[in-house]
Amino acid sequence: MTADLPEGLQADEGLATEIRALLAEHAGREGPLLPILHAVQARFGHLPAPALPLIAAALGLSRAEIHGIASFYHDFRELPAGRHVLKLCRAEACQAVGGVALAETMRRTLGIDWGETTPDGRVTLEPVFCLGLCACGPAAMLDGTVIGRATPDRLTEAVA
Amino acid sequence: MRLFLSQDAAAKALGAEQVAEAIRAAAPTAEVVRTGSRGMVWLEPLLEVETSAGRIAFGPVAVADVPGLFADGVPAPDHPRCLGLTEELPWMKRQTRLTFARCGVIDPLDLAAYEAEGGLAGLRRALEMTPAEIVAEVTDSGLRGRGGAGFPTGIKWNTVLGAQAERKYIVCNADEGDSGTFADRMLMEGDPFCLIEGMAIAGLAVEASTGFIYLRSEYPDAIRTMQAAVVAARASGLLGPSVLGSGRAFDMEIRVGAGAYVCGEETSLLNSLEGRRPVVRAKPPLPALQGLFGRPTVVNNVITLASVPVILARGAAFYAGFGLGRSRGTMPLQIAGNVQYGGLFEAGFGLTLSEVVDDIAGGTASGRPVKAVQVGGPLGAYFPRALFDTPFGYEDYAARDGLIGHAGIVVFDDTADMLTQARFAMEFCAVESCGKCTPCRIGAVRGVEVLDRVTRGEPGQIELLQDLCETMRFGSLCALGGFTPYPVLSALSHFPDDFARERKAA
Ligand SMILES: Cc1cc2nc3c(=O)[nH]c(=O)nc-3n(C[C@H](O)[C@H](O)[C@H](O)COP(=O)(O)O)c2cc1C
Ligand code: SF4
Ligand code: FES
Repeated sequence: MTADLPEGLQADEGLATEIRALLAEHAGREGPLLPILHAVQARFGHLPAPALPLIAAALGLSRAEIHGIASFYHDFRELPAGRHVLKLCRAEACQAVGGVALAETMRRTLGIDWGETTPDGRVTLEPVFCLGLCACGPAAMLDGTVIGRATPDRLTEAVA
Repeated sequence: MRLFLSQDAAAKALGAEQVAEAIRAAAPTAEVVRTGSRGMVWLEPLLEVETSAGRIAFGPVAVADVPGLFADGVPAPDHPRCLGLTEELPWMKRQTRLTFARCGVIDPLDLAAYEAEGGLAGLRRALEMTPAEIVAEVTDSGLRGRGGAGFPTGIKWNTVLGAQAERKYIVCNADEGDSGTFADRMLMEGDPFCLIEGMAIAGLAVEASTGFIYLRSEYPDAIRTMQAAVVAARASGLLGPSVLGSGRAFDMEIRVGAGAYVCGEETSLLNSLEGRRPVVRAKPPLPALQGLFGRPTVVNNVITLASVPVILARGAAFYAGFGLGRSRGTMPLQIAGNVQYGGLFEAGFGLTLSEVVDDIAGGTASGRPVKAVQVGGPLGAYFPRALFDTPFGYEDYAARDGLIGHAGIVVFDDTADMLTQARFAMEFCAVESCGKCTPCRIGAVRGVEVLDRVTRGEPGQIELLQDLCETMRFGSLCALGGFTPYPVLSALSHFPDDFARERKAA
């Protein structure tokens, strides 16, 4: 099925076996694609390129279609993230309490821009538009843990 | 000794887990019930102690406060963190808590506590009624969609009830993408059975037996609580082939979003659920007739659905007794941004913006004057003080070129620059556009460029901006492109000085 794919898109046996197992878990669900993409990213930390043709084949979609869908969302990554993922809220309620300045300080401190990972692979910085913590901003989320009234010191310490 | 400590994400973000740990060490025999939030975010982590007179509140509690609080065994009323009886706090007393009655009061996953506090009464009543009677009750209550558009819920349900199909769906929109809003999150974390009950009633009303909650990925705590609640509801027979032993089936699943604002738009959401590219669909067909997988579908916001149990339990007239004009019932206001007292405040429609901002929110946290208030999320208008007499209602805000949306109220002090805010609105639209229509996809990018030229003081740009907004308003398929002009033009018309930049020397 994947035999005529270009170099680098061939799933090795280990990956193929795991993806097939994940696909089997979702068999019979209505609208399984989004849960499958989440499951793959939860397992591998990103969506490995060779996984896409396998998912596509199982769902009767083309590889281009899967790519078009996955890339629509901010959550799915093509490459692994750093050891920590720091999300900073860029939305209005956090702007009103110094969120913009906080984000600037963090970008400078970490030496990276939005979407980038520090060269040592320690932390990836991502923007998020509202974490629902708008009454205790600036809000941040570090590896799924919420942080309110965030300060540069607190965040720098958290990703150290 | 029974203690109550919130495990709402806002409480956690302010250290509730560390406080919980400190309490376990300081008072190992105390029973600590983890609840949702009372909504007083400036007092989180909020600790409550059960007494014969009611619960006594202490907050905000820091880890360092804990040893002192428990030095004599029980936290004492003369402790500096003591606030008195929770229910007597002005913030609580002034509210009409219908939808959020149990939030912050009970362990969110304790079904017995849910029932003891009035839960399931609405569903039990609905089980005795015909679908048409349930729909009529919701119609008579005057309930309108709390997700933003304010469409009458009963009318939507009636369309789905009238549609003939083998299979129909209830889809709960828990995408809560609007900045400055967190009511859905708080409800799902604090009283998930209320949403489940509301969805089950909706299922009975339109003869649907399957539900989906589309829950944004930015809310990991809400996802965990909702999933656990669905499992518990199934185990107790609240969900499943025979809801509360009635012989009528209703079950549901939680689906997690993937970080795209436009997926909160109902047709984009349906495409996302189906596993398609989540672009917006043209209407008609209405989702009520051809929704999920082409079948009749109710799409409602979390707060809309969670308001249904109390309507059924206490009757349409009771609910409709609150409010103003055609805005009936209560709305959970989410007070956020630069405020002294931020959080969730549920009240009947009709409070003026001044009452909310100056009085309930206590003005800014910075102590500086309020400059602007954005109401209704990123697509909502910025209101200047001159419009603070606007009463909270769908029509009242529309009459002033604004919208109430999901009732997020974001306060800015006088350090805010409204040109920067307008630019952000355009930038946000450009980032989140689904790309289907040109006025939105290209217009928002142009909008950012035009505003950058305004910043540089180039002449003739304001007319361009106005034309562009006109094109977006009338040429966009959905409210993302269509309403982005609200924040932009309100900033321009109410704060023209911020747009009058001197031309910079090259
Ligand atoms: C760009 C955009 C984003 C939206 N986001 C949400 C959202 O996050 N939550 C929501 O309930 N409704 C949202 N809506 C409104 C929905 O399209 C729809 O009106 C609502 O889910 C209907 O439920 P209701 O009648 O109970 O409000 C959004 C609309 C647009 C145009
Ligand atoms: S207005 Fe924007 S988000 Fe809405 S359908 Fe058009 S392109 Fe998509
Ligand atoms: S606006 Fe930042 S958390 Fe909501």
